[in-house]
This record gives sequence, structure tokens and C-alpha cells, in this order.
Amino acid sequence: MPPTLEAEIAKPNLKPSSFKRQSILPGFWPSFSYTVLYLSLIVLIPLSAVFLKSATSGWAHFLQSIRSPNVMAAYRISFGASFIAGLISVIIGFLIAWVLVRYHFPGKALADALVDLPFALPTAVAGIALTSLYTENGWLGRFLVPLGIKVAFTPLGIIVALTFIGLPFVVRSVQPVLEDADLELEEAASSLGATRWQIFSRVIFPMVRPALLTGFALAFARALGEYGSVIFIAGNLPMKTEIVPLLIVTKLEQYDYSGATAIAVVMLVTSFILLLFINVLQRRSRRFTEPA
Amino acid sequence: MTKPHLKDPPLVRWTLIGLALAALGLFIVLPLAAVFVQAFERGWQVYRDNILQPETVSAIELSLLTVAITVPLNTLFGLAAAWAITKFQFTGKNVLTTLIDIPFGVSPVISGLVFVLVFGAQGWFGPWLMEHDIPIIFAVPGIILATTFVTFPFVARELIALMESQGTDEEEAAMVLGANSWQMFFRVTLPNIKWGLLYGVVLCTARALGEFGAVSVVSGHIRGQTNTLPLHVEILYNEYNYAGAFAVASLLSVLAVITLALKKFLEWKTGQEQA
Amino acid sequence: MKLKTLLLSALTASALFAAGPVKLLNVSYDPTRELYQDINAAFAKQWKAKTGADVQISQSHGGSGKQARSVIDGLQADVVTLALAYDIDVLAEKAKLVPQNWQSRLPNNSTPYTSTIVFLVRKGNPKHIKDWEDLVKPGIGVITPNPKTSGGARWSYLAAWGYALKKNNGDESKAQDFVKRVYKNVPVLDSGARGSTTTFVQRGIGDVLLSWENEAYLALNQLGKDKFEIVTPSISVLAEPPVSIVDKVAAKHGTTEVATAYLKFLYSEEGQEIGAKNYYRPQSPQALAKYASQFPKITLFTIDDTFGGWQKTQKKHFEDGGVFDKIYTPGI
Repeated sequence: MPPTLEAEIAKPNLKPSSFKRQSILPGFWPSFSYTVLYLSLIVLIPLSAVFLKSATSGWAHFLQSIRSPNVMAAYRISFGASFIAGLISVIIGFLIAWVLVRYHFPGKALADALVDLPFALPTAVAGIALTSLYTENGWLGRFLVPLGIKVAFTPLGIIVALTFIGLPFVVRSVQPVLEDADLELEEAASSLGATRWQIFSRVIFPMVRPALLTGFALAFARALGEYGSVIFIAGNLPMKTEIVPLLIVTKLEQYDYSGATAIAVVMLVTSFILLLFINVLQRRSRRFTEPA
Repeated sequence: MTKPHLKDPPLVRWTLIGLALAALGLFIVLPLAAVFVQAFERGWQVYRDNILQPETVSAIELSLLTVAITVPLNTLFGLAAAWAITKFQFTGKNVLTTLIDIPFGVSPVISGLVFVLVFGAQGWFGPWLMEHDIPIIFAVPGIILATTFVTFPFVARELIALMESQGTDEEEAAMVLGANSWQMFFRVTLPNIKWGLLYGVVLCTARALGEFGAVSVVSGHIRGQTNTLPLHVEILYNEYNYAGAFAVASLLSVLAVITLALKKFLEWKTGQEQA
Repeated sequence: MKLKTLLLSALTASALFAAGPVKLLNVSYDPTRELYQDINAAFAKQWKAKTGADVQISQSHGGSGKQARSVIDGLQADVVTLALAYDIDVLAEKAKLVPQNWQSRLPNNSTPYTSTIVFLVRKGNPKHIKDWEDLVKPGIGVITPNPKTSGGARWSYLAAWGYALKKNNGDESKAQDFVKRVYKNVPVLDSGARGSTTTFVQRGIGDVLLSWENEAYLALNQLGKDKFEIVTPSISVLAEPPVSIVDKVAAKHGTTEVATAYLKFLYSEEGQEIGAKNYYRPQSPQALAKYASQFPKITLFTIDDTFGGWQKTQKKHFEDGGVFDKIYTPGI
């Protein structure tokens, strides 16, 4: 006799602090175990290698690796450039999202599709493409360099590359919020006498702010670890334009494994914190947009 | 329809549109155009030669092989994970979901580093692997492992979001009506998620094809053997063979554009289904 | 376990017989890409004519030290063609991949071509760099790769050191001081010679590139005689990049015969000509005479004479904690 729903619900849940709630759906244990197994094998255990390696090398060595001048400089460059690029992405991304949601214009669908390009394009391709644009003879470089604006092989180049890859995160975070925006709120504000600007700054912007924050965090997290798009345009001068991922690769090439892992540990811890932060943000915003 | 008093004045509107399109053009269209223009700079014949070079063909083969292994593995995982997480309630559900997201936040270089630490000659299994003559790092298996790590969450995330919003009602109804597990899965669940599943697979594939940093760390950079397409681009570029580098890059760009088109199509399809 | 091994060997054997072309992996140092493109094509032709079999040679390029470590770590090289003898010595020491006496197996200490270090400067030589002494002038940007990974970098370092020794009557501390001042002017260390060339030529960084002789000519020919010029210093080091078959790997792959023939090809007249055309100084007297005009005359000193050999030199200067670590801090 197939189980009836009523019978199942009527069953008392005998174990008060049970791991899993009773359900009539099959396949929990196989899928759960497979999930945990695969996750551990591919992700968790390999990642632990980084921490173990650093742990076995000792705290003193760890600090020494982190504190050397070029490593500190690389952290400054990576964090700084990612932060600035994130801010620029937020501004431009918000603009693009706004225009895509609120206005109609020819080619809108195409523009909307193109936003995802940095997400879909291989990083190495982006890297050489961006570099070719901003070198002395490049399409943009030939105008900028005579003006004294050097983009290729300078920190500015790093920022440009990181903005490129951060844009889609901001646009795609903000778009759904703008699309779901309740026009009634704006109507109400308008009928109460608010100007267009006041409506924007007092009604729309606060609504969008969490999404902007999420988008910034996503762009920032991605930019921190970015390698392919940046190493061609950066110039890779230690103390000036050497990003942390490149430093890790350099140390690996010199077979300084413990040095590489020390640097990686700091990056990983930062990434985890960022990831948690983003997850919290996203869960909170979902609570507000989910149907009652 | 937006009421007239809620609309922005045309001047504001068109200025903003202009600025947005300029930004899009500058940051996104221009680089894409640069790839194609420079690929064809020396003419169609040179372009064709560059693509048909044996080393390029090997790179294409390796990239495809990687995708053929990585994507199904991660798709299977995605289905299993989404099933366990969205159709059941259990303690630690949120922790598991967050753990699955980890590869998203890890720098590609570190993704490669972890496998060097585990399988490299000085790593955990290094000596054993050397003795038994099983090359992982500097060989194809290492590339596949690193790519699997990097593309790990794509299908899972997509399915989790989708299946979470779909709930458990339909499946429970099927069970009550007497379906067995597989009937329920194939007749109820799968049709509901098919567009989301495809979407995740498309994203996973695109990322697997384009991965650079992680693969660069574990690959032996042996031209014609352990170079994927993105690595091959770098090699050609560093040899001052710009036409060649951009030719290969253009292949990857075409794939990226196809990915975008597929994405749009699948988004439209999912939108349709939900309507 | 036994059955598995049996099956595996049967499969491998049958695969070898069912054969496609014989495959060789040549793990080389950084600037030799063009050289081996030419060599490999010529050798494949010759091998086909001689034996009727096809041979496919794959290349891997990178800083010599880095490549050596990769081979030790399991990179399956059938032959290695590296920048200096020490990098092949470690294959014997650390992984027993070649015998201790590898260097005596081929003529000229297993060195089919020699080279040296010269300067590549911007056209017109705006900073007037004529010799080693000019490298320590304030404000000069010197581009050279990382001695920890690159062979060319070590040759350059030792060339500078050798110059200072000769100038100061063998005073080691003065030599160290000189080299320290040179590296003070180095803004970035790439991992290989090709990387440094890219930095100098493509990114426009620095005023002078300390370069392999062949690499300098390559840059000149490929990237613009109108952009760069070569400056020959008064004295430089005789660089002797050696080659060797990797016995253990070749035996495993069954490629010992082909690999040996491949390396011998480098010494043949055809091989020597190809080398000379790629701006490597050939060993064969015929080729040397024919191409003498394209190689500037420089006074060259050797590692053995001036430094007592690579074993000593590597340990003193380039190991962790050695002289290089003491004198170099990244960034300027």
C-alpha cells in the first residue's frame, strides 16, 4: 500500500533532536552522502592542504613570508585595485542596470546580453584584448598616452581590467531589485509632492542599496583573486604592479611552496569571510523579496 | 505603463542611456572587437593557418576533453546536491550550501596550487604517484582536477535556487499517488528543472573552456600535449605571434558569444515556464 | 596487482606496435623556441628519410632552473636541452634520471652551441650604455630574469661578477658590491629570458636588457631594427648550454634510439648551420668559419676558469640563502 500523506504527517517524529525531518521523498541518504563525499574529495580536502602546509611550516615562517615588503606591497595593490574597481563597477553597473530596466531604446536586448560577456569570456582572452587596447599603439592608447594617461603596465591598467570583470556582478545584482520595484511607492511619493530626484534618492536608492552592496562584494571578491585578465596588462613590477595571485605563481615557480601557501592562506581567509558576508546579504535580501 | 509624472524627462533619459551605452561600449564591446580585428589583421589565410596548426588542434582537443569529463561530473553532483538540499530539511543545510559556494571565492591560482600540494612531487601523494608512474600534475589528469574544482558550484547553485523555489509539493504528490523514485524523478522533477539544468550546464561548460589561472599552475605547458586553448593563447602571445594569439582567442570569443546567446534563450524559456 | 601490470604492459606494448609516430619531449630553456622549431622540422625529415618512421617532437620552454625542477617533479622529458650544466647535474643528483657522467657522453662537454650575454638597448642608445660599468649608473633600468629560475639570468649575473673581478684584481667583496649595485637597478625579475625580453621590448620597461646573444638578435630581427640596437660589452661570459638524454624516461618510453640520434643531429653540419642561423655560436669549425661575421668578437671567460665550476658557483651564489639572496631585495 503506498503511503498516504496523512499517514506520514500523522507519524510522530520520535527523535526530538533529529538530524533530518521526516519526509516521504526518497533518496536523501544516497544524494546527501554523495554530495558530502564529492564535496570533500574535490574541494574540502585539497583546500585543507593549503592550511596544513602552512601549519607545518610554522607560525614564525608564516609571519616572515607575509611580512616581506613585496608581499605586503602585493596585498596593498590587490586589495586597493579591487576596491577601487569595485566602486567604479558599482557606479557604472548601477547606471547600466537602471537604463536597462527603466528605459526603452533600440538594441536594448543586445546590450542586456552583452553585460554578461566578461562573465563568459575566458580571462586570458580578456587579458590580451584589454592590453592591446591600451598599449601605445592600441586603439585607445594612441589617444591616452600622448595625454600622459598611461593605462597599460600601470596600476590604472589593473583597475581597468578588474572593472571589466566586476561589471556583470553589479548589474545582475541590481537588475532584479529594480525590476521588482513596486511602482506604487514611487506613485505615493509623487502624489505627496516629491520631485523626481527626491523619489530617486529617498525611495529608489535605499531599496537598491543592499543589492549594490552585494554586487560590490561579489565584484570585489572576484577581483581579488583574478589572474588571467590582469597579468597581461599589469606589468608585474614588484612593489608597484604585482598582484597577489601572480606573486603566488612566482613563488611556486621558485619552488618556494611554503611561501606560496602562506600568501594563499591570507587570501583564502579573506575570501571565506567575503563569501559568508555575501551569503548573509543575499539571504537577507531574499527574505524581503520572497512572497509572503 | 509608467505614468507620465513618474517618467524621467527625455533629456535625462537619453543622457543616461548615452552614458550607459558608452560605458558598455568602452568596457565590453571594444575588447571583443579588438580580438576579432587583430585576429584577421593578416588576412583570412593566415587566420586559417593559425587555427589549423597542429598545436592549436591539440589545444582544442584537450579543452574539449576537459569539458567532456568535468561538466558531466559536476552536473551529477549538482543534481544530487540540489536534491538533498532543496527537498529535505536537515541541520547544517545552510552550511552545506555555503561550502558548495567555496570554489567561487577562491582565486584560480590557489585552485591550482591546492592540487600541486596534494599531487605534486613534494605533495601528499607525490612520492607514491612517482613510484607508480601515474602523472597527475604536469599532465592531463591535473588539468581535469583543477577545472573540476573551479567549475564545481555552477550547476549546483543554479539547481538549488530553482528547486528551492519549486518546493516539494509535486514530488510528494507523485509519491502519494504511487510512483516509484525514478518515475518521480524523471517524470516530475526533471521536466521542471530542465531549463535551469541546461542553464547551469552552459555556464559550467563556458567556465571550463575558459579557465586559465588554475590550469596554468598545474599544466606542464607542453605545447601540443598539456595546453588548453587559453594556455595556448598565452604561449602564442608571449612568442610575439599576436595574429596567432588573437586567432585562437577569437575561437574562444565565438564560444563566449554563443554562451551568451544560449543563456538569453534559456532565461527566456525559464521565464516562460514560470509565467 | 600483477594482473593489472600485465594488462597495462600488454596494452602499452601493443600501443607501441600499433604505433603512430614516435614522440619525444624536449624540455628546453626559455629562448630556444625558434631554434628548436627549425631543428625539429629538419630532424624529422632526416629521420623519416633514414628510417621511414615519423617522429613528433614536443617542446616545453621556461627558465632553465624551473624546467629542471619540473623534470625532477615528474615532467616526462626524453631529452633536456638546458642553459647550464648544473641544471642537468641536479637531474642526476636529485632524481637519478641521468648518470653522473652524462656530460662526457657527447662532444664538447655535451654542448653543441655556445653563446654569451650581450646588452640590448633602445635605438640610439639614449642612456649611453657601453659596458658593465654603465649598468650601475643611477636611474638606469636593467632588465634581467630571476637567477632562481632562469639560466640566462645566472649567466648574466656571473658575467657581471666576472667583469668586476677582472677590474678589481680578483677582489670578491668588490665584485659582490658591484653586482649588488647592478641589481639595485633591476625593477622586475621575470622567470625566464623570454619573459624579460617581453618586459623590455613589449612593455617598454628599462633601458638595457641583459640578454642571451641569440635572443638579442631575435628581438632585433623580429621586433624592429629601428627600435633597438645591440651593445657588445668589453668582456662577457662563455655560456655553454648543454644537452642530454634523460636515460630513465627515454628507457621507459622506448625512445632511447631516437633521442640519441636527435641530440647527435645537433652536432651534424646541418644542425650546426641551423644553430648558427639562429645566432647560436656553433662548435663545428666549418660552421663557425662560415658565420663568423655575424658574431661580434668579445673576450670571453669561462665558469671553470673564473669561478671553479658550476657546483661551487651554484651553491655559493644561487641556493637559498646564497649571495644573490643577500644582495637582492625586490622592487626599487
